[in-house]
Amino acid sequence: MYITVKNLSVGYEGEVVVGNINFTVNKGDYLCIVGENGSGKTTLMKTLLGLRKPMSGEIIMGDDLKRNEIGYLPQQTVVQKDFPASVREIVMSGFQGRCGLRPFYKKEEKEEALMNMERMGIKDLADKCYRDLSGGQQQRVLLARALCATRKVLLLDEPVSGLDPKVTVEMYQLIKELNNEGVTIIMISHDMEAASKYASHILHIGDKLFFGSRKGDEEAWINFLHI
Amino acid sequence: MDKLFTYLALPMVQYALIVGVLIALCSSLLGVTLVLKRFSFIGDGLSHVAFGAVAIASVINLTNKMVLVLPITIISAILLLWTGQNKKIKGDAAIAMISVGALAFGYLLINQFGTSANLSGDVCSTLFGSTSIITLKSSEVWLCLILSIIVIIIFILFYNKIFAVTFDENFARATGTRASAYNLLIAVIIAVIIVLAMNLVGSLLISALVIFPALSAMRIFKNFKQVTISSCIISVVCAFLGIIISIIAGTPVGSTIVVADVVGFLICSAVGMILKR
Repeated sequence: MYITVKNLSVGYEGEVVVGNINFTVNKGDYLCIVGENGSGKTTLMKTLLGLRKPMSGEIIMGDDLKRNEIGYLPQQTVVQKDFPASVREIVMSGFQGRCGLRPFYKKEEKEEALMNMERMGIKDLADKCYRDLSGGQQQRVLLARALCATRKVLLLDEPVSGLDPKVTVEMYQLIKELNNEGVTIIMISHDMEAASKYASHILHIGDKLFFGSRKGDEEAWINFLHI
Repeated sequence: MDKLFTYLALPMVQYALIVGVLIALCSSLLGVTLVLKRFSFIGDGLSHVAFGAVAIASVINLTNKMVLVLPITIISAILLLWTGQNKKIKGDAAIAMISVGALAFGYLLINQFGTSANLSGDVCSTLFGSTSIITLKSSEVWLCLILSIIVIIIFILFYNKIFAVTFDENFARATGTRASAYNLLIAVIIAVIIVLAMNLVGSLLISALVIFPALSAMRIFKNFKQVTISSCIISVVCAFLGIIISIIAGTPVGSTIVVADVVGFLICSAVGMILKR
């Protein structure tokens, strides 16, 4: 069991956005967290990442998973839109967490970064400027960076928002392939269709709480997806 | 020209050039980070705080003002960074409050308790820099040298971390980088740079020294390392030219350097526009 969430409430500035969340994530799972806008998906994600404290309840890490071994694909920030950085520089920054106080990157890390760029199909863009890339390419860069940070769990926050339909499909394929290679995926999305197509587990938050798996209670799964 | 060479032969002028160039180098280092983190005004706010601190130092007749000015500026930098993260008072409003407050307080102090015979001259040189950098005392020169070297070494050692925290603070934090510690480090370095640069260009013009080289470099270059290195080069060249011109033409050194930075920015913008086509 990588992550066990028990009776968790998340929120900010003293106000609970969503409470009573219970779910588990196992190695190799593909969990989709779905819900309406404003239902607390992003707040939940930030709490999972340790960027916010839980209001109540607990998040238990198991199976030797450390908190900083969760890679993260954030939604784009304003700062990044005109940031002068090459693809290589950004991907390399994924290693920062394991650097500690070591000032420079190791040779193996540079090679691993190249491998991850190749894996994401952006090796030939290594020296290009991040802000000159298309939305889909930028997402691949951030995915490669997340892979540098960890091979265990990736948290993806709306990974296809703002992408055109063709690129969206490619992005979902890429994420599925990573999952097939053993990377555990937790994806925030409001795309129910994608969730039902790719996810092994679904957590719905908002007015109605639901957590189920494709291989679990089949009736509940089908009922949920048809609502 | 002859005038220039006679001046250049003087050891004090040589020291001034070395110090000027080092300060320009340091102040450009973090410019990129400040611009990108939308902290451009922190430099401005801090320089006003430093002005207030100088006022206090001169009222209590300290011989080496830096002893007081440096700690006060560093503490304010840390406070500004914290209030910046507090949602109740927005970061820019906090900076505006502190900076005008310190400016008014400083002038009030000097005006009421100042012992100097040339009051407005003192205020003017603290705000816009000494009319001549050559009036630097040798103790100030050494302090400048040591501090700038420390700043440069720390920047190089923490370059990759500063990049990570600037580009994506949440990601850095989530994957185990101690982002708040590095933010603190950035704030402290900025404070040191501000105090250093005050000797050169005065407190009102410091932001220019921090911001212009970074903005100029960002017009042309497209990765972080190139932008950082070229903003250092631009800053050093502008400071050097500014000091030389101020010696030849007898203009105030701080404003001359800043004008050189503005011209540098215009040239870089033009080059950037041509390259885009």
